[in-house]
Order: sequence, then C-alpha cells, then structure tokens
Amino acid sequence: MNRVECLLIIATFLLFASLAGTPAMARAESDASPEEILPDTTSAQAGAPADPASQAAVWFDPRRVNLLVIIGLFFFLVLLFIRKAVRGRSLYVRKITGLSAIEEAIGRATEMGKAVLYVPGIDDVNNIQTIYSMVILGTVAKLVARYETPLIVPVCKAFVVPLAEETVKQGYLDAGHPDAYNPDNIRYLSDEQFAFTAGVDGIMLREKPAANLFLGSFFAESLILAETGFSTGAIQIAGTANIHQLPFFVVACDYTLIGEEFFAATAYLSDEPKLVGTLKGSDWMKVFVMGALIVGAILETFGVTAFTRWLTVQ
Amino acid sequence: MRREVPLIITAIFGSFMVIEYFVPHPSVTGFGEMLQQWAIIVVAFAYVLGVANIVRINGEKISKRSKDWPYAFPLLAGLGFMLTVGVVFGVGNGTLFSDFYLYAYAPMSGTMFSLLAFFIASAAFRAFRIRTLEAGLLAVAAVIVMLGRVPVGTEIWDKLPVISDWIMNAPQMAAKRAILIGAALGAISTGLKVILGIERNYLGGD
Repeated sequence: MNRVECLLIIATFLLFASLAGTPAMARAESDASPEEILPDTTSAQAGAPADPASQAAVWFDPRRVNLLVIIGLFFFLVLLFIRKAVRGRSLYVRKITGLSAIEEAIGRATEMGKAVLYVPGIDDVNNIQTIYSMVILGTVAKLVARYETPLIVPVCKAFVVPLAEETVKQGYLDAGHPDAYNPDNIRYLSDEQFAFTAGVDGIMLREKPAANLFLGSFFAESLILAETGFSTGAIQIAGTANIHQLPFFVVACDYTLIGEEFFAATAYLSDEPKLVGTLKGSDWMKVFVMGALIVGAILETFGVTAFTRWLTVQ
Repeated sequence: MRREVPLIITAIFGSFMVIEYFVPHPSVTGFGEMLQQWAIIVVAFAYVLGVANIVRINGEKISKRSKDWPYAFPLLAGLGFMLTVGVVFGVGNGTLFSDFYLYAYAPMSGTMFSLLAFFIASAAFRAFRIRTLEAGLLAVAAVIVMLGRVPVGTEIWDKLPVISDWIMNAPQMAAKRAILIGAALGAISTGLKVILGIERNYLGGD
C-alpha cells in the first residue's frame, strides 16, 4: 500500500467516522425537516443559549448530502485514474498551447539576456489559485535556472513571500544551479492592490523583462498589468480561474490559460503519472456534469423537478 | 521529516475543513472557527517577514547605489513614516494615520485604478480588429451588446436591447458557466492533490 492510499484511507476514515455510527443521522434524515435538525446558529451567534441536547445530536447536515455524494464520486474518479496512471496506463492529455509557450517564453528571455517576470496573483495563500501558482512557480524556476536567466517574483501578500522564496530556491537547487538563486528577486511590494500594481508596472517599465507570466488570482489590476507588459514588448502568458478577468488577459496577452487549463499546468509540464491521473479524473467528472445537465434539462422539460431540486445546494 | 510533518498536518487539517462543511455540530464548527483564527494570527506574523524583505532589498539598493536606487528611498521613508505615525498616534478613524491613508494613499490608488479606462480602450481597439471569422463574430456581438446597453441603441432599433440581453443571457452565460464548472473542478482536484500530498512543490526544499 503506497503513501497516497494510506493518506486516502485516513482522510476517508476521518470523513466517514464523523458521519457514520450516529443514530441521530438516521433520525435526522427520516423524521425531521432540515430546518428542525440544524441548530439555530443565529441565536447561538447572538449569545442566546442553545439547546445542548439537540446540538449534540446533529452530526450531519442532510441538506448537503447531494454535495457529499458528488464530492465522493469526484474523489473516487481522481483516485481511480491516479491508480491507473501509476500502474503505467498511458493517459492522453491534449496540447495546451499556453503551457507549451512557457518554455518558449523563457527561451526567448534567455536569448535576449533579460529577466522573466512571474506574478503569482494578488490573493493570499488561502486561495487555491495562489497555492497552485506556487506549484507552477517551482516548475518555472527549474526551467529558468537551467538557462541561468533571472527570475523576478513580485509578491502582493506578505505570507506568500516565504513560500515564493522556498519554491524558487528549491527550483534552482533541483536544476543544479543553487548559486544562481538571487533572494533579492523575490520582492514583497505591498498588500494594497493598486500599490502592488504600480510596483509591478514600475518593474516592467524599468527592468523590461522579456517574458511576463501572470499566473494566479487577479482582479481589477489584470488589464493594467497586461497592457503595461504589452507596451514593453514582452511575451505574455496569463492564467487565472477568475473568469471576469479572463477577457482582459485574452485581449492583452499572447497566451491565456482559461480556467481549468491553469490547474492542469504541473500535470502537463511534468507528465508525472499521479498528476495526469488527477487531470483525467477531473475530465470524467466534467462528463458526469454534462450528463447531469442534459438529464436535468430533459426532466425539467417534462415537468419532473425532483432531480434539479436534489442537486440544488443549500 | 521536514516534508512529512507539514504533509501530515495539511492532510489532517485539510480533511477537517472538508468535514466541517458537512458537520454542523458545535464542537466541529467551533474548532473550525478556532483554526481560522489561528490562520489570521499566523498571517499577521508574516507581515514582519514582508517588511524585512522590503527593508533588505531596498536598503541594499541604496547602500550599493544600484540602478534606480533613488526610487528605494521614498519607499523606505514612506514605510518608516506610516509605521511611526501608526504606532505613536494609533490607527483608528480620525487619526493622523487614517488621514494620510485617506488623503494620500487613496487618491494615488484611485489614480492607478482610473488608468483602467484608458487600457480598456487600447485593449478593445486591438481585440475588435477583424482578421478572422471568430474576431468578426466577436466584434459584431460586442457592437450589438454595447449599443443595446445605451439609449441611442434603442433609438437606432428597438430590438437591439432584446438581442443584447439574449447574447448576455444565452451564449455568453453558457460559455461563462462552462469555464466556471471546469475551473471549480480544477480547484477541487488541486485541493485534493494538496491534501493527499501529491502536489508538494509549494512546501519548498527538504
């Protein structure tokens, strides 16, 4: 049994240990409505004494059973495909131009003798996009270190600074060029959105990096950054799951990773079987979602609303 | 062990936060809220690292008279000034710190934000150049939507707002939701990878 399976079993055990074996759960699902089962959190928040007996009985919110089933199915698909990939089964991943272009952009910066700018978004580490941006940064740092090209990483949130430092340092170490790592290139600028934007614009205009990578969670500053980068003539690759910013990146950048493509980066660049397995699991979940949409549309057309009501998240 | 311990902590607390969503029991939600308070405290300590980073990089720039070193001076002076004003006079409403924030920083921030209007114009100019069939469709849809949202559009043709609404509510919304579903699944699978320790680059070195 490998480490992943051990962790999976622990995680699953923790999940179901809190749900199973509680007589109240069966009672909750059969006898009472969700409103009756759930504790009155508003009164509890207001400092009103809650009924300890009724609270002690609630170990599962039956209104969320739909999400539990769907998440369970998703986890199962992901782990199934990880297992298949680890056992050596070849899994096809379509060509993602934006990801292929990362190496091309770094190569161009190397030829021009200029730096690569990597902006990991403006959100904190509690956003999964920031964490994933750090993962991609590790891969980019390895590529950059191989070519001995400077990598500038402006950071908007203080908590991201040690993460970025460690990630880039490890990338240089993995590439066999630890001496090329320059800690001064991991630059904390400001927690304030537009102060950070002004700082990054200043770096782009003064140091003129040849490649700008905007990968992470971006908001209103996305177009200001991308247009400034465009004016410097840099090759630009952007990726975010914040869909309202995607049109700006599509217009102003050479390549854009749209939504899920952003989360496919490490699997695509590393070809690591476990990572590719998670990608295939997500793809099959999308097939399931599409099927559910079609079934739901047909049922709604014929006036059967039970399926869509069951899927509604409360 | 430098990697295994953080991985185990991530697995346990990551799983707990998933469980918390489904378990409304006060002991579980209470512990979840406490964890989030811990996170806020830990993040507060990170500001010390952030300030140290700024002082180190810009201090060296000034001492070595590196390229563009004069820009580092007002940055450090501003940091030191606001820090001193905040510590000495407090940071509540009506304090000197608040005044400097409202009357110095806020207008500068607003100026940066207002640049967006000009950048939207220049980006739109490039986006709407009709070079391919797709670009042509985009330009036509954009013109209809823009005209449909202003009074002059109704004056030109009273059906323009209807077509504009249909574009926004049917094809635009369908595409947006498709991207959103894909992104959400990607985020969930990334969360799973982090909890299971499959993605571990973010932890740095051994």
